Amino acid sequence: MHIAEGMLPAPYAIGYWIGAATFVAAGAKSLAKKSREIPMMKQLTGVMTAGIFLVSLLPIPVPMTGTCSHPGGTPLGAILLGPAITALMSIIALLFQALFFSHGGLTTLGANTLTMGVFGGWIGWALFWGLRRLKFTLFWSGFVAGMIGDIAIYVGTSTQLALAIHGTHPFGEVFLAIFTVFIPTQWPLAILEGIFTGLVLKYIAEHRPDILILLHVLPSSASRAELSERGMTR
Amino acid sequence: MKKGVWKWLLLLLFLGVIAYLGVHAPSMPGADTHVNAVAEKYAAEVGAGERPPLINTDKGDLLLFMFAVGGAVAGFVIGYTWRDLFGRTKHSGKTSN
Repeated sequence: MHIAEGMLPAPYAIGYWIGAATFVAAGAKSLAKKSREIPMMKQLTGVMTAGIFLVSLLPIPVPMTGTCSHPGGTPLGAILLGPAITALMSIIALLFQALFFSHGGLTTLGANTLTMGVFGGWIGWALFWGLRRLKFTLFWSGFVAGMIGDIAIYVGTSTQLALAIHGTHPFGEVFLAIFTVFIPTQWPLAILEGIFTGLVLKYIAEHRPDILILLHVLPSSASRAELSERGMTR
Repeated sequence: MKKGVWKWLLLLLFLGVIAYLGVHAPSMPGADTHVNAVAEKYAAEVGAGERPPLINTDKGDLLLFMFAVGGAVAGFVIGYTWRDLFGRTKHSGKTSN
């Protein structure tokens, strides 16, 4: 979900922009720092940004509800490149979507960056690492992170909209009115995003484990032989 | 069942869903449309509401031009860094992992 142009009253639009700018600045700083450590970091960030742009624009039909919606892609981005950089990737992807497809808007860019890049990214990242510490496999950690991260984006959007436009109505009433419209279409896509996130991580682990080691998703002690023993390489 | 058969079954399932959606021609609007319809009611009460884009790039072939240039630039950049990003093939000499 991208909040459309003009949907937010000016004070909220500005407030969300300031909030997003803080995270984006932190993302730029994190990217500069990681680029010194990992030579391919900027290229990987570019490819991931293109991925987020594509995935969060792709309307997937949900026959049960007769509507379309799209995944977020940011939980995967946060797992691979870090949650701070995800805010930076999100604002770039969302800016192009707003300019070229009128998907979202410039006044609502801050709000949309906060939901996709911060809510989806940080929650997905935290869940992934929480489950990894509990010894969940790469696929299942990615699955839960992708699924819950996707839903978190829509909880974030509903909260932002309800805070900004509830007026004289109770906040909870507006939040529920918006969130209950999202859920029937979004839960199947959240499961799909979970499967996608888990499979992508598994695929990279099998084919390019060096990338996951480089990005600290897998421990540096994980040699190719160890990965092979765990069934993570061919 | 052979492993490869699943790929064809998935392809058939995908085509079947596309055919079903095509024949029954449901409008399939974005969920955003429904959400905006609900949110618009509340937004109007606080003086907000959906507006046309501030910068409208949908003018003639402008978008086509921008996508062609953007695609070419992105293609060259990704091509230049392809082996570092996606690894080397067996035929390209040295392997990276």
